[in-house]
Amino acid sequence: MIHLELPSYRDQSPEVADRFRRLKERPVILEVKGLTKTFDTAQGSVTALKDINFCTHQREFVCVIGPSGCGKSTLVRTLAGLEDYSSGEVLLDGKPVRGPGPDRGMVFQGYTLFPWRTVKKNVMLGLELAGRSRTAAEEEALQWIDLVGLTKFANSYPHQLSGGMKQRVAIARALANQPRILLMDEPFGALDAQTRAKMQGYLLEIWKNIDITVVFITHDLDEAIYLADRILVLKAHPGEVQELIEVPVPQPRNPSQLLSPEFLATKRRLEELIHPPGAETEEGVNGDRLNMVRMVPVNAKVESVF
Amino acid sequence: MNKPWFAVRKELSSRRRTFLAVMSFVFPLLVWSLVSYVPFIWHPQVEVIEAGEVDYFRAGMLVDRTVFEQERETLRAEGRELPTGTRTNPVYLPAPHEVATALYTAFSTEPQRRNEKWLHESLANSIQVIFWGFFLSSLIGVPLGILAGTYVAVSRLTEPFVEFFRYLPAPAFGALAVAILGIHDAPKIAIIFIGTFFQQVLVVANTTRKLDPSLLEAAMTLGARNAGLLFKVVIPGIASDLYRDMRILLGWAWTYLIVAEMIGASSGITWFITQQARYKNFDNVFAAILIIGIIGLTTDLILAWLGRRLFPWQRAARA
Ligand SMILES: Nc1ncnc2c1ncn2[C@@H]1O[C@H](COP(=O)(O)OP(=O)(O)OP(=O)(O)O)[C@@H](O)[C@H]1O
Ligand SMILES: [Mg+2]
Repeated sequence: MIHLELPSYRDQSPEVADRFRRLKERPVILEVKGLTKTFDTAQGSVTALKDINFCTHQREFVCVIGPSGCGKSTLVRTLAGLEDYSSGEVLLDGKPVRGPGPDRGMVFQGYTLFPWRTVKKNVMLGLELAGRSRTAAEEEALQWIDLVGLTKFANSYPHQLSGGMKQRVAIARALANQPRILLMDEPFGALDAQTRAKMQGYLLEIWKNIDITVVFITHDLDEAIYLADRILVLKAHPGEVQELIEVPVPQPRNPSQLLSPEFLATKRRLEELIHPPGAETEEGVNGDRLNMVRMVPVNAKVESVF
Repeated sequence: MNKPWFAVRKELSSRRRTFLAVMSFVFPLLVWSLVSYVPFIWHPQVEVIEAGEVDYFRAGMLVDRTVFEQERETLRAEGRELPTGTRTNPVYLPAPHEVATALYTAFSTEPQRRNEKWLHESLANSIQVIFWGFFLSSLIGVPLGILAGTYVAVSRLTEPFVEFFRYLPAPAFGALAVAILGIHDAPKIAIIFIGTFFQQVLVVANTTRKLDPSLLEAAMTLGARNAGLLFKVVIPGIASDLYRDMRILLGWAWTYLIVAEMIGASSGITWFITQQARYKNFDNVFAAILIIGIIGLTTDLILAWLGRRLFPWQRAARA
């Protein structure tokens, strides 16, 4: 990496510092205390999460980042109540979380729309389950669909939508329940770069306009910095909190900030944390490396690609 | 534009599909016609026209070709009157046109004995037995299968026994069913039920288990639990696969018909077939078999068509 003169990622402009001070005065929505999760497998028990502590404040946008297999999905699934945990506590508005519920919306990486329901009916499901009448549910669903800009597709089936559109429906579906917190597990991971950038814009726009706290999992550093107020960095084996970074990039965000000094400083810090300099050789020793021999025919027309 | 006929998993144009579907019937029919109308392909017997001086030959009698030739040789050597005949197929392989005629006459011929039924009566009876057997089986089997596929407790409580019972051949219960249920339609329905039910529970349970678990998780994060999950996600989620299973199971139910109709007071289409075979009316036998095939195929086509109407979201999802 080219060495640039960058400020420290800890340097915050007065406005940013003031914003964080105010943010931390807001009520705590989600509190995670000493969360530990082990999986019992045939090969023995695996500690996926170890002593995780953090809290999110109202209308905060938290990104969780970390190397593959560090337990990001496990963390967010535990918060959603889809996995139970071995020890520790997960508190939503001060009350312990037991099992999944409509107060925590979730958007999955895979498209989990119900294929037999139209877009509108997908968004309506939560409302129906909450006991809303059919007409009320329909009316409300259409508002959420409008919010994600899919009014024209309200009566389409999921297989008729593109990946980005599907995820927008998933977001609308989760938001329709008006959850306290929106949990997102690499929701844009399967999208191409352009669609992904667009979706990030939509998400920030939605977040700005409604009272929602977001916990967003990603492995894309730029995505994390661009979206988050704070970034929770995990490390693998076992999954532990490495650092909770306050992103010094001022809000509201726009794509031009991607090259600002604060942005780059934060990115450099994340890279240090996630790809520490020594790690490469360590992995090489463990054998996690391509084992290549030259397999080009001796009489090949192009001997070397360089 | 000349697309290849053989491309792995690529759809053909609808004209080609129809053409191939027609050919799938034309080919067997062609083989049958060749064997029936071209004498030198098979025709292992000779129909005697004039008996000549063979004392046991009668006009219209069918004899093996070798026997016929032998008799001719002996008579020729003795210089006596030779028998004449034409080569034919055995009586159990009627020609297409004979079966075609039988398709009509089988319906219009009066039964040979008073206690026997007309073909259409036999058919109606069979369809009734199938319907009730399959209906009653589904009434219990489908809900049980769905519950077993959803709740591990139900699965553990039912499936080991069902798995065991599935291996007991349904026909073995024939005598028992007659002893308990009498000799009329009830034991026949019971046989269809036994033959279908146990497979049905397992098949439905498996289909239910194949529902993408992430859909269940998504629904749970939307607030679905227990009944809501079952009725709003599990059942609509498997409905289209369930429908396909039912089409296949209905086919199986037909195969148990043969057994069912042989027990108690014999009746129905398969009994009709057995009777006709006994009278050596093989054209009627073939006609009746064809009718079963036609009924089966038509029901399945109607069900497939209905399925496309019922599950519009499936169509493009599959392609
Ligand atoms: N159901 C399970 N049974 C056993 N081990 C599991 C299970 N789910 C996850 N794990 C283990 O827990 C660890 C964390 O997995 P997790 O899926 O949370 O990682 P992740 O950070 O989401 O990875 P990725 O970035 O690849 O999605 C991994 O080591 C994995 O092997
Ligand atoms: Mg993951």
